[in-house]
Amino acid sequence: MSAITAQLPGLQVVVPLLGAIIAAFMRRGTLAWAWATLITAFTPIIAFALLFQVWSNGPISYHMGGWPPPIGIEYRVDLLNAFVLVLVSLVSTIMMPYARRSVAHEIDGDKQAWFYAMYLLCLAGLLGIAITGDAFNAFVFLEISSLSTYVMIAMGRDRRALVASYQYLILGTIGATFYVIGVGLLYLVTGSLNFADIAARLGEASAAFPRPVLAGLAFLFVGISLKLALFPLHLWLPNAYAYAPSFATAFLAATATKVAVYLFLRIAFSIYGVALDLKALPVSTVLYPLSIAAMFIASILAVYEQNLKRMLAYSSVAQIGYITLGIALMNQAGLTGGIVHLFNHALIKGALFLALGAVMYRAGTVKLDDLGGIGRTMPLTFAAFVLAGMSLMGVPGTAGFISKYYLIVGALDAGKWPVAFLIVASSLIALLYIGRAVEVAYFRPVSQAVAHAKDPPLMMLVPMLALTFASVYFGIDTELSAGVASRIAELLIGGLK
Amino acid sequence: MGAVQNFFDHYNYIATIVLMVAGLYIVIARGNMIKKLIGLMLFQTSVYLLYIAPGKIIGGTPPVLDPNFTVYSNPLPHVLILTAIVVGVATIALGLAIVSRIHEAYGTIEEDEIFAREEQE
Repeated sequence: MSAITAQLPGLQVVVPLLGAIIAAFMRRGTLAWAWATLITAFTPIIAFALLFQVWSNGPISYHMGGWPPPIGIEYRVDLLNAFVLVLVSLVSTIMMPYARRSVAHEIDGDKQAWFYAMYLLCLAGLLGIAITGDAFNAFVFLEISSLSTYVMIAMGRDRRALVASYQYLILGTIGATFYVIGVGLLYLVTGSLNFADIAARLGEASAAFPRPVLAGLAFLFVGISLKLALFPLHLWLPNAYAYAPSFATAFLAATATKVAVYLFLRIAFSIYGVALDLKALPVSTVLYPLSIAAMFIASILAVYEQNLKRMLAYSSVAQIGYITLGIALMNQAGLTGGIVHLFNHALIKGALFLALGAVMYRAGTVKLDDLGGIGRTMPLTFAAFVLAGMSLMGVPGTAGFISKYYLIVGALDAGKWPVAFLIVASSLIALLYIGRAVEVAYFRPVSQAVAHAKDPPLMMLVPMLALTFASVYFGIDTELSAGVASRIAELLIGGLK
Repeated sequence: MGAVQNFFDHYNYIATIVLMVAGLYIVIARGNMIKKLIGLMLFQTSVYLLYIAPGKIIGGTPPVLDPNFTVYSNPLPHVLILTAIVVGVATIALGLAIVSRIHEAYGTIEEDEIFAREEQE
């Protein structure tokens, strides 16, 4: 047993990676789905085991292939990684039962197995980024997850999915290449690719070569910002989310951008923050205006959007603004708010996109004007939509409230009361766009498209309701979300120079 | 004299930057999807140079232990870039596959024509 326990960090990535290859050889969609579900179900078990180990014994260092770092690739699991691993693997596992019907409905029979292969590959890539302690290895995993994401998006039924996928491919590759340039510059001045080793050498290197170190930060910042869809680098996101298959949208919205945020935290706090004075570097200065612009401009764009999937996509850009705002605040409460929102937003957006996937499954459209009265024909689905939507706005008693509470406290602690005011004001815009959907769903006569729609089958309903329940539950019991997040924030800020 | 010296000391970096900016410019300025991919390829290739050029040490030999030599070139950048090349090839292949699907679906690979068609719908 202990032999397996020692290999857990490796297995976390290897299991879905090999699972993807086997899934690619399957012909029948249902078989591939069952296989993907089984493989996915293993990942949270490993992730929770790692979290408990880290929580009680401190960070785990795993040497890939037995080569000790900094020469070999190190998988280093600390509380922040473990938290992200648990989030990604758990949300994927909850979503998997939903996938069968939704994917069978939207993707041709002979391509379904490929879809699941791509999904598992993407999962492996995301878990890999989250677990690795090596900057170049993170790039490879970033590209594994990105390439499989492009394929998943291109599998959407609409031909616009192809264009969305192409645009994401161009921007995603530019982002990843910027990241490699940044890593390259750091490698040139420090001679290392291991995160901890770079951090240890960066202080000295920065004294000798201040300019490449700063340029490296800029490249890493822009590259990762493209991946996490920081405003105004979010242009790939709305179309990609709108035209991808419903399950892919829900999966990506809940996991992909969150892992990019994790990578950003790792670079900013565990490398630059440890070696240099992070507050003196222009990280917050750039993040503040962009986060606030995201919160407002993307929210307003969401209000005017007719396609509900695109509306939620713009809302995602806005919510990422809250997360980056929490990072920009760089104090205990603010960072806790950012990290806990990373967790809560994954649950909320997962639930919302699953609800829209169910609408797509029954009504065949997500255009707002076609969905009059859908709240009455699909009562459970829209109840989930409204509850998760309330959590998105930050109504007290829901998970979204916890995030915003910490962010506001963080802003006040930093002495920035206008920021606290802006957080509240932008939440009101969320009320507008969710409210608009509610108005159409409940107060308009039942339209033709939805007249014969009913709630989706149980296998789709349960994951959707589970995530909705979670997005309310974590507003009441905050032990796993805010409790762990505040401990992580403490560690990150405690590690700063 | 100083400027010339500086130029030749860093000429590999200057070549990198020229390639990088040229590639990025093509991606932004061209509307043809294949040409964009070519620009993207150029942009990625410039990064290969960024990594590999500093790995070569003047007078250094390949890193094979031999009592006659004491200075070795750094092999790690080559290995890293071998991985990056594979990633680049995969990206371009996937990009070309998507472009050919776009051509089937729209009958064109010019971005502005595709957007014009979507406006009409």
